[in-house]
Amino acid sequence: MIVTHALAKRYGQLHAVDGIDLDVREGDIYGFLGANGSGKTTTVRMLLGLVHATSGEIELLGQPMPSSARTVLPQVGALIEGPAAYGHLSGRANLLLFDAAGRGGSRRTRRTRVGDALEQVGLAGVGRRPVRNYSLGMRQRLGLAGALLRAPRLLILDEPTNGLDPQGIHEIRELLQSLHAQGTTVFLSSHLLAEIEQLCTRVGVLDRGRLVLQEQLADLQKPTGRTVVHTPDAEAARVLIGEGLIEVLDDGALVIASGDAPAVNRALVEAGIRVQELAPQRRSLEQVVLEAAGSSGDRSVR
Amino acid sequence: MIAVELLKLLRRPRTWATILLLDALPTLVAALLAFTDLAPRPGEGPVFLSAVLNNGSLFPLAALAIVLPLFLPIAVAVVAGESIAGEAQAGTLRYLLVRPVGRTTLLVAKLISVIVFVLIAVVVVAATAYVVGVSLFGVGSFEATTVSGTVLTPSQIFGRTLLAIGYVTLSMLGVAAIALFLSTLSDSPLAAALGAMAFLIASSLLLTLDAANVLAPYLPTRYWLSFVDLFRDPIRWRDITRGIGLQAVYVGVFLTAAWANFTSKDITT
Repeated sequence: MIVTHALAKRYGQLHAVDGIDLDVREGDIYGFLGANGSGKTTTVRMLLGLVHATSGEIELLGQPMPSSARTVLPQVGALIEGPAAYGHLSGRANLLLFDAAGRGGSRRTRRTRVGDALEQVGLAGVGRRPVRNYSLGMRQRLGLAGALLRAPRLLILDEPTNGLDPQGIHEIRELLQSLHAQGTTVFLSSHLLAEIEQLCTRVGVLDRGRLVLQEQLADLQKPTGRTVVHTPDAEAARVLIGEGLIEVLDDGALVIASGDAPAVNRALVEAGIRVQELAPQRRSLEQVVLEAAGSSGDRSVR
Repeated sequence: MIAVELLKLLRRPRTWATILLLDALPTLVAALLAFTDLAPRPGEGPVFLSAVLNNGSLFPLAALAIVLPLFLPIAVAVVAGESIAGEAQAGTLRYLLVRPVGRTTLLVAKLISVIVFVLIAVVVVAATAYVVGVSLFGVGSFEATTVSGTVLTPSQIFGRTLLAIGYVTLSMLGVAAIALFLSTLSDSPLAAALGAMAFLIASSLLLTLDAANVLAPYLPTRYWLSFVDLFRDPIRWRDITRGIGLQAVYVGVFLTAAWANFTSKDITT
């Protein structure tokens, strides 16, 4: 759905995006992670033809961008760096204008389309008040409704849950999951690890303009070959395991050099050691990202 | 897209507020004239004003002459300066472009909506002025004297007023193109409008300077008041055609620049 080859953007001396090869497949919920200033937004803008790439190629839905923008973009819904609307008009009026602006989308079904999109994001009952009086969360929902107007095959969303309360975030997550179940590919850019971890099937990590990681989330989080054991009898367990013990964690849990959790469990229980909790060790996304990427992008060290 | 832009123009309260303000000045002038009966002597003050007391149907022309040097260009600069930069500032520009609306299409739609604004403004000013003029001063003999001293029939006055409205609208296109170009350069509507105005003020200033006579035929404000020539007998077309030609050159140059800049620009707002 999205493929780039050595995509780069230079601003003078600064390499904002430095030769990245994105590969987003049909049916992915792709999490595009990166610190502030790592080049996420510039990449998103290049994908959509807003910013001209210095070099490299972009393919969206199998067609080259930006040369095929007229045929590709109608099938893409986008939310770029926060929503935007005309403050003196209502949300519905904004969407009607927005829908009328582009080609395609018949005039007869416009009202239905706009109504459906508002319904999907939970703004159906908002009435005629102007957008200038909307809360941040409502604006965000309106922006999402705009992205959903034409039932796109690909959604490119930059920080879609920005400004939403926990219930709102949950609703949007469920909405994205149901769209995904209906066959929409989602490209989600965010610096919120938890959001990506809960939603995405595949992640790419951007660090100072370079794509340092691109993999299935399940592969990144697969068991490390070690087992973590919580037990009130830590001392006895330590003696029993001896050589196989890797380390004792802060909360008293033990890390054991064996991925075979049932065998570890049996050994402990047969030795009379009480097991409170036992699980194969998995790396969190945070650990993965911190290992792959360096320091924060907007930090500048002399 | 053109329809969408026109809808946006017409539904924005600011459009109507601007037109209302444009209308206020000539109406105030008419009221003052009617109550004091102190018309400027022929050859002094804004053109046509001296003739208005005898024939109210000439007041639309006086009204155009009143708003033309300053009020109208300011309004045009504000509306045209707002066109692209305003969308950029509100953030709606990026969403329009990924809808997708072609950049050239957007620029053309913006230009057309600015032209429509000028036309509405000029027609509203002229129409209000006609109503105000006729009701305050009456139409007198139903005939008017041209600047050359001959007599015009009411239908001739009407026809020539229409021509004047057309000419005034065309005269504003140069300003519109300059402001539109600046609007693609800057992300601030205010900066674009002020830039275009600075250009006009410089032009008006140079016109008063004898040393700048070489430049005079190329300054955008040079032929603005030439619509007066439509009321000579016979009509003196020389300055009018030059004025139209000059505006065409300004429009051509600045629109090309706006197009070249806008279509190659990175949209980062």
